[in-house]
Amino acid sequence: MATIVGAATALSASKSFDSRKLHLPSRGSLSVSERKGSFLVVRSDGSVVHKAHRAQKLITNAVATKADSSAASTAPKPGHELLLFEALREGLEEEMDRDPTVCVMGEDVGHYGGSYKVTKGLATKYGDLRVLDTPIAENSFTGMGIGAAMTGLRPIVEGMNMGFLLLAFNQISNNCGMLHYTSGGQFKIPIVIRGPGGVGRQLGAEHSQRLESYFQSIPGIQMVACSTPYNAKGLMKAAIRSENPVILFEHVLLYNLKERIPDEEYVCSLEEAEMVRPGEHVTILTYSRMRYHVMQAAKTLVNKGYDPEVIDIRSLKPFDLHTIGNSVKKTHRVLIVEECMRTGGIGASLTAAITENFNDYLDAPIICLSSQDVPTPYAGTLEEWTVVQPAQIVTAVEQLCQ
Amino acid sequence: QGIVLDFPGGKVAFTPEMRFISESPVERVHCYRVLNDNGQVIMSSKFKQVSEEIAVKMYSDMVTLQTMDSVFYEAQRQGRISFYATTIGEEAINIASAAALTIDDLVFPQYREPGVLLWRGFSLQEFANQCFGNKDDYGKGRQMPIHYGSNKHNYFTVAATIATQVPHAVGAAYSLKMDRKKACVITYFGDGGTSEGDFHAALNFAAVMEVPVIFFCRNNGWAISTPTSDQFRSDGVVVKGPAYGVRSIRVDGNDTLAIYTAVHAAREMAINENRPILIEALTYRVGHHSTSDDSTKYRPVDEIEWWRSARDPVARFRKWIESNGWWCSENESELRTSVRKQMLHAIQVAEKADKPPIGELFTDVYNVPPSNLCEQEKFLRETMKRHPQDYMPDVPV
Repeated sequence: MATIVGAATALSASKSFDSRKLHLPSRGSLSVSERKGSFLVVRSDGSVVHKAHRAQKLITNAVATKADSSAASTAPKPGHELLLFEALREGLEEEMDRDPTVCVMGEDVGHYGGSYKVTKGLATKYGDLRVLDTPIAENSFTGMGIGAAMTGLRPIVEGMNMGFLLLAFNQISNNCGMLHYTSGGQFKIPIVIRGPGGVGRQLGAEHSQRLESYFQSIPGIQMVACSTPYNAKGLMKAAIRSENPVILFEHVLLYNLKERIPDEEYVCSLEEAEMVRPGEHVTILTYSRMRYHVMQAAKTLVNKGYDPEVIDIRSLKPFDLHTIGNSVKKTHRVLIVEECMRTGGIGASLTAAITENFNDYLDAPIICLSSQDVPTPYAGTLEEWTVVQPAQIVTAVEQLCQ
Repeated sequence: QGIVLDFPGGKVAFTPEMRFISESPVERVHCYRVLNDNGQVIMSSKFKQVSEEIAVKMYSDMVTLQTMDSVFYEAQRQGRISFYATTIGEEAINIASAAALTIDDLVFPQYREPGVLLWRGFSLQEFANQCFGNKDDYGKGRQMPIHYGSNKHNYFTVAATIATQVPHAVGAAYSLKMDRKKACVITYFGDGGTSEGDFHAALNFAAVMEVPVIFFCRNNGWAISTPTSDQFRSDGVVVKGPAYGVRSIRVDGNDTLAIYTAVHAAREMAINENRPILIEALTYRVGHHSTSDDSTKYRPVDEIEWWRSARDPVARFRKWIESNGWWCSENESELRTSVRKQMLHAIQVAEKADKPPIGELFTDVYNVPPSNLCEQEKFLRETMKRHPQDYMPDVPV
């Protein structure tokens, strides 16, 4: 179990790691069903549990599509390169191989392979019952997933766009989050609800929703947001293995990010934040696509002499207040950068949580940069300004560090 | 004439005549019935034979359900429980449908089907525990009365939301199909529930996915105060099945043998042919919607009384088992007295039992309580310790 002393209680117990059983495979192979018992539980910052810290694999690139061109001439690296949507699929496929109760349902997920190709090829491999095309009724196929989960399956429900899951709100709030509790623990709902959301490229208001703010109050569910191919695969696998209902937020613009990920099996922790860039001057908390705007701003900030600490919070419900708290205690200044609307967003809750718990450590009020409280416009110029841009992040840090 | 063309969806024959399909049929869909109002088998009726043992158990359970309802209703009126909803008038639906299934068939109820749980062996004490929300309630005191749930009886916890269980049932049937189990799912809902979007999508899905689920509609004429004439304009619910490609039947909901036969047949078809079946049982909700309702405000008292006495499904079935020599009036009074006594005892025991401890407020939200809930529990306990006079003494810590 990936724990550090005093960490937020992990909600789902993962199998313990035994390094003696781990055999590093040859470069080309992907470890899938063979190594059921032994796998790495890798902590969010890349280090391995129970051992002394290995060399840390930190994301220093602002955008992961930049290949490591300078190091191309050195010895071939372990691991394999893929795009984020492929990483999601790989995680999904590994779990479907490992556990026959894992199944997928959603619109066009079957032979079509999903609107963003996350389920491509799976229907051919597992059959069209296990990768099920549903008619267009989000509340009802989410309900179906809940019924299947209560009867022993582990369904993954795909919303073609997160915004469509607004139709499933009744099932998610009143049943998914509730039935384990109201049944006195008799029925569990190990369901994963996932899909792309966030502001894309001129998709219009209805296809640019950020649902994490609406769902965050629902008791009984967990929410995570992936941002790199590495954590996308790790969080997908963790979500599937979790006994609780998990909502996995993906972002429309991040599906084509490329990264080299390990060949050996790994699972990320659902409740942990990811340290993207350690620093001393200011804590910048972000998630999903805004991570990349933050890292871009970080480059500018470093040039200007600042040393920002960037944390991708990843776990939107519950917050990893341990990692966040340690950072606040170190830097004393907090900037939150999110894509949610200002009112009632994740940033609003995070601001409250930090103020309540770490007020004594703050040297300045928390600054939260969010999207405005407007539906996302179609026009490209307007859309660009409804999302937090790196320049605004730089200004905010300068303001904070005055 | 006779020209046929391929469109997406298959071949269609053409007609030069512009004819609209009427919105209402010339004749309503016929209703399957076995026993007449006097409990005699109708001459030409075909039905599934029941043994004396099954018939007597069915009848006893119907009486138990009736008695349980009246005792709990009285208890609510006396302020001993906060809420109750009776099943009066729908005892045949509850018991006969349950009797035609096996314990391996999964049940997704709405909230007017406690009889199914009763048939499966849920005890009067277990019912009382849930209604009183005490520490022995399987739901750990988290749901309102009558929101029963028991995984060992394959009866999925009642949720107050209308028709949300219908897609759940389809998902469960999908699960059974994947496991190739020789079992089906049954889900119940009222006439009002068929207006919800979940009902339509669930029927549609079940047909497309070819899963073994029985959709059982208790068309009792009322959704609280809304009569079916304000609920839909179709010929009831049975005609909606074919619209989704689901085989359907309309039965007399106050006829024990008709329901038993229909559900038995539906189960065979569902399992052997991997198909959904829709059963519309016509009946009447004799009781109020719940203890929060007074139905005399929106319907005539003599209508209610007529259905309560002249059309009582329990009395009707009794006439049949008596005619077979399987029951007599001594059995009757003995049973009713005994059940009533057991009920009163169960209520006493349930009332005296402790309520669930404070810790149960925070468990089962997740599989393991996360740190924020642990904090919240700690805070609550501290508050209770600091202000003991503000908290009820009978809540165990």
